[in-house]
Amino acid sequence: MSSIKIKLKKQDIDKIKEITASFNNEEHELINVLHKCQQHFGYLPAEVQEVISDEMDIPTAKIYGIVTFYSFFTMTPKGKNPISICMGTACYVRGGEKVLDEFKKELGIEAGQTTKDGKFSISSLRCVGACGLAPVVLIGEKTYGRVAPDDVKEILAEYK
Amino acid sequence: MSGYSMHLLVCGGTGCRASHSEEIEFKLRNELEKRNLEDTVKVLSTGCFGFCEKGPIVKVMPDNTFYTGVTPGDAEDIIAEHVVLGRTVSRLIYEDPSSKEKVPDSKKMGFSKKQLRIALRNCGFINPENINEYIAREGYMALGNVITDISPEDATRLVKDSGLRGRGGAGFSTGLKWELTAATPSDEKYVVCNADEGDPGAFMDRSILEGDPHNVLEAMAICGYCIGADKGLIYIRAEYPLAIERLKTAIKQAREYGLLGKNIMGSDFSFDIELKYGAGAFVCGEETALIHSMEGLRGEPSLKPPFPSVKGYNGKPTNVNNVETLANVPIIFLKGADWFSSIGTEKSKGTKVFALAGKINNVGLIEVPMGTTLREVIFEIGGGIKDGKKFKAVQTGGPSGGCLTENHLDTPIDFDNLIEAGSMMGSGGMIVMDEDDCMVSVAKFYLDFTVEESCGKCAPCRIGNKRLYELLDHICSGKGKVEVLDRLRLMSEVIKDTSLCGLGQTSPNPVLSTLDNFYDEYHAHVSDKKCPAGQCKDLMEYFIIEENCVGCTACARVCPVNAITGERKKPHEINQDICIKCGACMEKCKFDAIIIQ
Repeated sequence: MSSIKIKLKKQDIDKIKEITASFNNEEHELINVLHKCQQHFGYLPAEVQEVISDEMDIPTAKIYGIVTFYSFFTMTPKGKNPISICMGTACYVRGGEKVLDEFKKELGIEAGQTTKDGKFSISSLRCVGACGLAPVVLIGEKTYGRVAPDDVKEILAEYK
Repeated sequence: MSGYSMHLLVCGGTGCRASHSEEIEFKLRNELEKRNLEDTVKVLSTGCFGFCEKGPIVKVMPDNTFYTGVTPGDAEDIIAEHVVLGRTVSRLIYEDPSSKEKVPDSKKMGFSKKQLRIALRNCGFINPENINEYIAREGYMALGNVITDISPEDATRLVKDSGLRGRGGAGFSTGLKWELTAATPSDEKYVVCNADEGDPGAFMDRSILEGDPHNVLEAMAICGYCIGADKGLIYIRAEYPLAIERLKTAIKQAREYGLLGKNIMGSDFSFDIELKYGAGAFVCGEETALIHSMEGLRGEPSLKPPFPSVKGYNGKPTNVNNVETLANVPIIFLKGADWFSSIGTEKSKGTKVFALAGKINNVGLIEVPMGTTLREVIFEIGGGIKDGKKFKAVQTGGPSGGCLTENHLDTPIDFDNLIEAGSMMGSGGMIVMDEDDCMVSVAKFYLDFTVEESCGKCAPCRIGNKRLYELLDHICSGKGKVEVLDRLRLMSEVIKDTSLCGLGQTSPNPVLSTLDNFYDEYHAHVSDKKCPAGQCKDLMEYFIIEENCVGCTACARVCPVNAITGERKKPHEINQDICIKCGACMEKCKFDAIIIQ
């Protein structure tokens, strides 16, 4: 499943149990459970999925199938400053792809990866709906509008 | 809005929030308090005004002054000048790009003139977090009338008579859908609001939910009454945190007012609404896939029939409507079916909201009567093409739609005309492209999206779209042959005919429509190995124009592969065999001597 192996602490396991219990361990609430767990852990490693599987009595394979189906769920931890570059059509025609390339070049990672020091990760997302500001980049909660490839260095400098 | 002599409406939509509109609000309040004006002037955070291009927006009522591009630093001037002295702050007034005139009154702006706001009628007028403001604009009156005075059958007939068709894509009659769900006997039924707006470049549903959430809740309750359901579910994208927050607030307030919950307004009718979160899958906009996702499964579509109106969520009859469709419902009950059907064209009634974006001057959210032409939308409301460039194409319907050209500009927009022209209404994304956009690359962009979003259940969509993408990629990188164009078309048609759900059945549309309308451009890619728009990197070559080159050597110094040679003060030359087409030389040249072809 994932190359990252972690050991869950007891309090982590308790947290997962608390989440599944809050949805009465009902199978059709699985996606809501995964949302809550991802909110808590930042990602959904195999170990977390295994605990959910035990608690909710759903095969791990099925949970894995769901985690990998939806693009919102991730099995790799994001960087401390997750960078999301909008690749919606409006941003694309206004040069979003060049901005993405510039971030990749500056950080030396591909979309979907995290830098070695854990500071940054890059992902592309589909339309945040701020098309008036295209091309749009999100770093954490902060939105940058009308980003040009030349602005990338300056933006990254804020976080270094 | 009583008790105050003036209102300052600050846009609180996602776009303007990203440009610090919350800080503007805070500063405006601060400035008012400094002058002890907080009891006479009210600052309100509203939903989207639609004019996102020039955000953040502050609108002053009652005089309709529309301030654009406001920064937190402008708050003091707005209060000191406009509120206190009654003088408009002219530097913040919108300037008409063609006449260069300042237009302070929002109603007189080219952007607003041709618009008719029905689904968006409250967006930008009311505070979406306050139920009283919705009620003040006749909110929940339709629901009250329906449950006390009209039978479910008559109410459904009224929706059918209005001619309202689904705004989510397919354009199915909303009244008929309700009738079908109502006709299926069951102990339990569901009303589902599809707020999984996955179409890249479309943000109308988000803006409605952020700007007027009660409108949607009221419509769902009316639908529940008509079809005999007591439970509503809103399936919303987790990527829309602000819309989720506002919906939660709205549901809570509606419950407190007895407008949701048991025995609404003292009647026998009970109805409540719950939120379900999507997790980023475009295919979940398809109703059967959406239902599976709500059940906690992978969002894979299933064969229809059975339709959700017979067997939907938890196996019970379920009525799925999209956000914009629902936003039209309450006002149809207030103003009547005849009123609604008097707007629009013969077969498409009412209005349509479009998210206008791309290479256009006025990016934003607009609502026009069906039958408005593309020319009116793009050149009058949209203010024409950015930077004075030439219009090339407009893409409607997102990844399921097609690219229309200049020849279609005078086509009245409605469901059927767009399909005939080789595109579709879809959810209402409208992306404008100019002469610099390569249509093969645009088709490739959409296919890339489809390939990633295909759920993988049926082979034509899973494998076919991947192959289509590869063919397009070959064409863009100069490896395609002329025969490929026939294969593209053949494969597109097979995918359309054999895919399981709407995603695969429409995914080749961007390819087919660009092949039809821009065949020459495809041909140039495969036969001459040239990209006329100059977008496909692998097909381009950089040249130095001798007459312009002064021999400053700047380009030669910046070239990372030493492909540029020449003596000082004499024209330089680029060796095409070495050039890696990075474009550094062109950026560096101060004499416009380097061109790309």
